[in-house]
Amino acid sequence: MELNDIVAAAQAAVAKANTPQELDQVRVDYLGKKGQLTEQLKSLGKLSAEERPAAGQAINQAKQDVQQVINARNDELKQAQLAEKLAAERIDVSLPGRRPQLGGFHPVTKTIQRIEAFFGDLGFRVVEGPEVEDDFHNFDALNIPANHPARADHDTFYFTPKTMLRTQTSGVQIRTMETEQPPLRIISPGRVYRNDYDQTHTPMFHQVEGLMVDTDVSFTQLKGILEDFLVNFFEESLEVRFRPSYFPFTEPSAEVDVRRKDGQWLEVLGCGMVHPSVLTAVGIDAEKYTGFAFGMGVERLTMLRYGVNDLRAFFENDVRFLKQFN
Amino acid sequence: MKFSEQWLRTWVNPALDSTELAEQLSMAGLEVDDITPVAESFSKVVVGEVVKCWQHPDADKLQVTEVDIGTEEPATIVCGAPNCRTGIKVAVATVGAVLPGDFKIKKAKLRGQPSLGMLCSSSELGLTDDHEGIIELPADAPVGMDYRKYLELDDVTLDVDLTPNRADCLGIRGIAREVGVLNKLAVTEPAMAPVSATTDSKRAVVLDAPAACPRYLGRVVENINIDAQSPLWLTERLRRSGVRSIDPVVDITNYVLLELGHPMHAFDQDKLQGAVHIRHGHKDEKLTLLDGNEVTLDGDVLVIADERQALAMAGIFGGEASGVTSSTKNVFLESAFFAPDAIAGRARRFGLHTDASHRYERGVDPQLQRTAMERATALLLEICGGEAGPIVEAAAEEYIPKPVTVTLREERLARVLGIRIENSEVTEILERLGFTVKANDAGWQVTVPTFRFDISIEEDLIEEVARIYGYHRIQASAPAARLQMIPRQERLIHATSFKRVLLDRGYQEAITYSFVDPKHQATLFGDIESLILPFPISVEMSAMRVSLWPGLLGAVAHNQKRQQQSLAFCETGLRFLPDSQAENGVRQQPMIGGVRAGKAFGEHWSDADRPVDFYDIKGDVEALLALTTDAKQFRFVAEQHPALHPGQSAAIYRGGARVGYIGAVHPQHEKKLGLNGRTFVFELELDAISQRPVPKAQPVSKYPMIRRDLALVVKEQHAAGEILAAIENIGVNHLVGLNLFDVYQGPGVAEGHRSLALSLTLQHAERTLEEQEINNAVAAIVEMLTSEFGATLRE
Repeated sequence: MELNDIVAAAQAAVAKANTPQELDQVRVDYLGKKGQLTEQLKSLGKLSAEERPAAGQAINQAKQDVQQVINARNDELKQAQLAEKLAAERIDVSLPGRRPQLGGFHPVTKTIQRIEAFFGDLGFRVVEGPEVEDDFHNFDALNIPANHPARADHDTFYFTPKTMLRTQTSGVQIRTMETEQPPLRIISPGRVYRNDYDQTHTPMFHQVEGLMVDTDVSFTQLKGILEDFLVNFFEESLEVRFRPSYFPFTEPSAEVDVRRKDGQWLEVLGCGMVHPSVLTAVGIDAEKYTGFAFGMGVERLTMLRYGVNDLRAFFENDVRFLKQFN
Repeated sequence: MKFSEQWLRTWVNPALDSTELAEQLSMAGLEVDDITPVAESFSKVVVGEVVKCWQHPDADKLQVTEVDIGTEEPATIVCGAPNCRTGIKVAVATVGAVLPGDFKIKKAKLRGQPSLGMLCSSSELGLTDDHEGIIELPADAPVGMDYRKYLELDDVTLDVDLTPNRADCLGIRGIAREVGVLNKLAVTEPAMAPVSATTDSKRAVVLDAPAACPRYLGRVVENINIDAQSPLWLTERLRRSGVRSIDPVVDITNYVLLELGHPMHAFDQDKLQGAVHIRHGHKDEKLTLLDGNEVTLDGDVLVIADERQALAMAGIFGGEASGVTSSTKNVFLESAFFAPDAIAGRARRFGLHTDASHRYERGVDPQLQRTAMERATALLLEICGGEAGPIVEAAAEEYIPKPVTVTLREERLARVLGIRIENSEVTEILERLGFTVKANDAGWQVTVPTFRFDISIEEDLIEEVARIYGYHRIQASAPAARLQMIPRQERLIHATSFKRVLLDRGYQEAITYSFVDPKHQATLFGDIESLILPFPISVEMSAMRVSLWPGLLGAVAHNQKRQQQSLAFCETGLRFLPDSQAENGVRQQPMIGGVRAGKAFGEHWSDADRPVDFYDIKGDVEALLALTTDAKQFRFVAEQHPALHPGQSAAIYRGGARVGYIGAVHPQHEKKLGLNGRTFVFELELDAISQRPVPKAQPVSKYPMIRRDLALVVKEQHAAGEILAAIENIGVNHLVGLNLFDVYQGPGVAEGHRSLALSLTLQHAERTLEEQEINNAVAAIVEMLTSEFGATLRE
């Protein structure tokens, strides 16, 4: 056979090969040890020395040509095979992924964390205290002696006449000032308890108490820090007003109202300048130092912030309620 | 304190409407809680006179009347009230009238008789809930006059929520004074001239406890007419202040209480014997109060007594035996000053709270007793007639509070408030408040009148100045402080970090009450002692929790009842363990706890669903412990707990100390706790897990890691944890990893045995391990497992 015919036959065979196995057979048939083109090389010996180089070159060229088409076909087949494999591996990317459901903090905790962050940035340290308290820390040291009418207003859960569930986090002020001297900047979040249960009261709720004592702490600064806090907490420049009030452990005292969207004022916290008797009782020089203290109801702030209408929802722990805050 | 705005305006009348007045009071620290009209709206009700009245021919309980309502013809009106009779003046809703509740009065026929209107009861006009009969008006009520105009019903009741320091405002007089100060207006007191005695009748008064009662005024008024009607102006003022009319004597003492803020008491003079003594009660002395309840007195309680017995709890409540009744002829009036300390807390001790005790325990003006006595006497004579005796006053001057003088320093005022107020304005404010002011170099010497008994120190004056100056005028400023770093310990793990791990694993943070149902607590913890609230909201909220589990399980039950089945909650908070060694007898220990129920993952299209099991929640706990970076020091040891399934519970130890529990809730408890299906819980002491070492870096080995797998067969009573711990403990050189990757029981493994597949990873820090070293290490482990646990290698 003519070399050209062999090459043409090989090319036809390559084109017909549809699998790598068939293609390999073509390679063996033409380029293998006993392949047709290899056989051609063997026949070179019959030619004269002058003819040999040209013929040899021609055969090698033919081998190269055939090898090239085999390679090209091989690539084609691999591509097709890959394409087929990839097509088989196609998935529905719109199906939901695998993940654990994320849980979340309770909204009351979220509010406490936000308050801690605002005041923490200003150098207020977070301090915690016991919830079963004695009357010294919950009342006496806060200038509320036995029989003071303010005691009756507290709806206290007593265990004994001397021990009770704390009615306010203000006792932590006392515990801190008993052991540390000014300058003091603390906030104290936590559970407090009052014996009252209706639409607007739960027997347990949360307060954050704040205290700053230093040489020149004043009422203007109290106004400044709380106005700043409320604006930042609600992230809007709402109207805030300070209304004279009375707490036995602060003087002058104020309640702080914010104006709601409907125009009504709503009380959100109580505050005042630390009463000199309180400082004196814990051994701080009330002439040298002044201080302010404030206490805020966490649930009320949370309700306003997130539009919660029913206080009791906070302690029912219905997941459908809680998950809204995740 | 509730009062009628109109009444206040007879004392002081600022040019403000009701809302502005309320706002002004609130902003001065007298918080107005509520403004309510004194009458609901109604129209076309007029004063009428019943001129004729006869029995309805066809109805036993009805009468037919002719009522003069100022028109040409009298109106014929059918009435069912038993007190309807000829000659009385009445309130008539005429045809076309609209009464509260949008009740329209039309021409009607009642059992055949035409009726052109209605005679009204007090409740039909929404004035009181008294519907005993129709209103009877005084004889001088002008016929035809609009009833609203006649009663001046266009008035509101202001309800002021007074703080305990402002007892001086528990009367119109005090509020009026405050309004005068705020508006710079003079206050006009009604004329209260002394009443001269017309008889000599008197009763001696003895102050046996002069410190508790340093002033007592008594006065006898004889021959009063107890059947007299309290005048309408008086009962209306009482009604608008939230006080019911009882009889003229009580009405008058209540009126004086509201007007002057001074409590009074009236005794039946004929039921007293000998001198009146103000003394402390005797031990076990009995007294029956006006409400019929008997109390047992003691030396802590101040009483009014005669020669025989205690008559009343001083400043709190009168006694039944000496009280004024419908047959009283002569009264003995009391107007006394009791020291707040002698009264405070006593009413509460006996479960009482009265208008008198409310005032006396906060304080009354120690100079007001005579004024109150004269006022009450004058009213009594005016309404009930009678003859007054002289006032007998017993006083122990040394115990009567004197006006105090307080120094206010200019510098201190500026320092506390943070602003400077003009000295002239400070002086003016103090003077307006009724204080006597002497200015000096450093500030002011302020003498405080006795009616402002709440003022005793400099801060009180600073507050008064700030309050009247106006809090809104004090600008805000930023606090200034020296910068000071807050120490932060890297080795401490905050509770929030633990919670965040759980939240990332699907837990929802819960906040549950610290007091739980003692029954649930007993179910879970057997007869553990807990702190019990003597006066809880309810029995179900009466035991302080000894664990977070009762609350968390309660949250699960609550949700399961609402179709939420797959639940995971966590909580941090205190548990309360009675402990006589701890402060206040209770150890208050911060805990972290969790609960899981329902499905392990929630249904997903790709994976088979399965219920949550022990190893899910154990994985959560292991994740928490991993924060300590040294989870190996914690061991889970099978241990029983009354709350937990005996075969699926473990105590968690750190070294030798038990720091928590984990397990499945005992199936026996599920129903009692309202749980649906198997529920898993854990709880750990936060303090035991909240420390971790600060990392100490080691070089990372560059040399190859070698892995060898072992398949062991051991008896099933050997806990996997023990076997792993034993391997760790023998201290094989270069063992850097140990993992249990398969547990198998079944064909090929003998009954009562199981096969554990372990991988050992070995690595040397500084060189490649040699084959012989590796083989020796593995051999040492196998040898130990064989001798300690009887393990065999599985073929």
